[in-house]
Amino acid sequence: MHNSSTNVLIQFDHFNFYYGKFLALKDINLSILQGVVTAFIGPSGCGKSTLLRAINRMYALYPGQRVEGGLRIGDENILAEDVDLSELRKRVGMIFQKPTPFPMSVYNNIAYGVRLHENLSRSAMDERVEWALRKAALWDEVKDKLNQEGMSLSGGQQQRLCIARGIAVHPEILLLDEPTSALDPISTMRIEELISELRGEFTIVIVTHNMQQAARVSDYTAYMYLGEVVEYNKTETIFYNPQKTETEDYVTGRFG
Amino acid sequence: MKYRKISWLLFKRQLLDWMSVILSLFAILFGLFWLFWILWTTLSLGISGLSLDLFTEMTPPPNSETGGLANAIMGSLMMVGLATLLGTPIGIFSGIYLAEFGRRNMLGEIVRFINDILLSAPSIIIGLFIYEIYVTRRGHFSGWAGVLALTLIVIPVVVRTTENMLRLVPTSLREAAYALGAPNWHMILNVSLRASFAGVITGVMLAVARISGETAPLLFTALSNQYWSLNLDEPLASLPVVIFKFAMSPFADWSRLAWAGVFLIVLTVLLLNILARLILQRKTS
Repeated sequence: MHNSSTNVLIQFDHFNFYYGKFLALKDINLSILQGVVTAFIGPSGCGKSTLLRAINRMYALYPGQRVEGGLRIGDENILAEDVDLSELRKRVGMIFQKPTPFPMSVYNNIAYGVRLHENLSRSAMDERVEWALRKAALWDEVKDKLNQEGMSLSGGQQQRLCIARGIAVHPEILLLDEPTSALDPISTMRIEELISELRGEFTIVIVTHNMQQAARVSDYTAYMYLGEVVEYNKTETIFYNPQKTETEDYVTGRFG
Repeated sequence: MKYRKISWLLFKRQLLDWMSVILSLFAILFGLFWLFWILWTTLSLGISGLSLDLFTEMTPPPNSETGGLANAIMGSLMMVGLATLLGTPIGIFSGIYLAEFGRRNMLGEIVRFINDILLSAPSIIIGLFIYEIYVTRRGHFSGWAGVLALTLIVIPVVVRTTENMLRLVPTSLREAAYALGAPNWHMILNVSLRASFAGVITGVMLAVARISGETAPLLFTALSNQYWSLNLDEPLASLPVVIFKFAMSPFADWSRLAWAGVFLIVLTVLLLNILARLILQRKTS
């Protein structure tokens, strides 16, 4: 399905996650491969978003949320105390369920993240903004509206703007947390096309409620239930030849 | 049989609907009636006192030929302006603390509680407080004392609106900034505060509108001054205090000036409110 140079990029090792006293993720062992699209599926509350939000340590914003065990990106233990969160989040971009354009122009929405990490000249910034917008398949639609408010775009355009903003800082990994659940079918299709185009260049992890979406866009799928990874395999295998009956029940719609 | 039952139900619902519309309409009309009466009275009585003299002449002794409110206008501008300049940053930074850091911790709860008390404290108490801690020690009334009293009124208003407006910023927007690697202060200044900027400015304007008409806290602090003065270390005239003094007097020219002063304040407050609305609208459209 893909070339042989797929190395493990993200490695969960006996990973536990707590919301206060509640154990939300139990003993997760998962290897996510570089350059492919991995989907987390499962019923609401199964912990798939929690698992995703561990990868950029988003949980660190909230006292009371804590983790145990190991989580590595490449060779780096990203749970270590001295990890620079700003640097980590430059490597790991995130796109949310609802589009989150900042209250500024389209141009500045993209430049915001870049300015946090790099000091670019005006022309280099212009190039970067155009590059990111082209990558997100949004350039043709907004090239004459760069000074308009990001909020003035349509919902689907806003979400692609957020993707452009995420890739503008040159991350290795993109985390997509149900990126199309607030969008109409046409916008959803465009985002899915975009995911396929970005595949290979970035390592993409996507959480989705929509099983067809997981089947369409991902190379690997992890089926989660009650805070555990029930089955993790190539997407084809998960959907056409699942090894566990729970997985089969879920993907065939008998449960969930 | 069944059909008639339904139509009776429908009739009852429509009746209820109409009744609530009519009641709400009456409530609106009742409120608007007094509002327009107030506006009409200030307009009709105030407009006769309007002239260029109002802005160039000082408050006169009784029964003078000429006279204006220049010293009172200047005093009000200075005290309201300085109180806003002092109170706004304190209020905004406290509001930021409450919304971004002190949502659930002890200090946040305490500050929020005290701020609410300050917000609803009668302004005369604030005047007396400044009188006690500043005026009696300095030995005389002064513009600075008035500025201090007005600042204490500005702060809680700005704290409250800033906190409320920042709390309206969705968590996902904050997380989106953090997800790009933004540090705390950077996210607050460039995303949170920016998203709620129009609301915060509206809060400041409402605070200005509020202190433009405050009389009680100035009576014990700035008192008044019938001469032109730019010295904040001296007693200072202000529109509300002059109105208070002139409106109760038996002299026709004083009473006319008082109405002109009322007119100026109402106009300023009205303009500030319209401006606040325009800013909000431009931001949201």
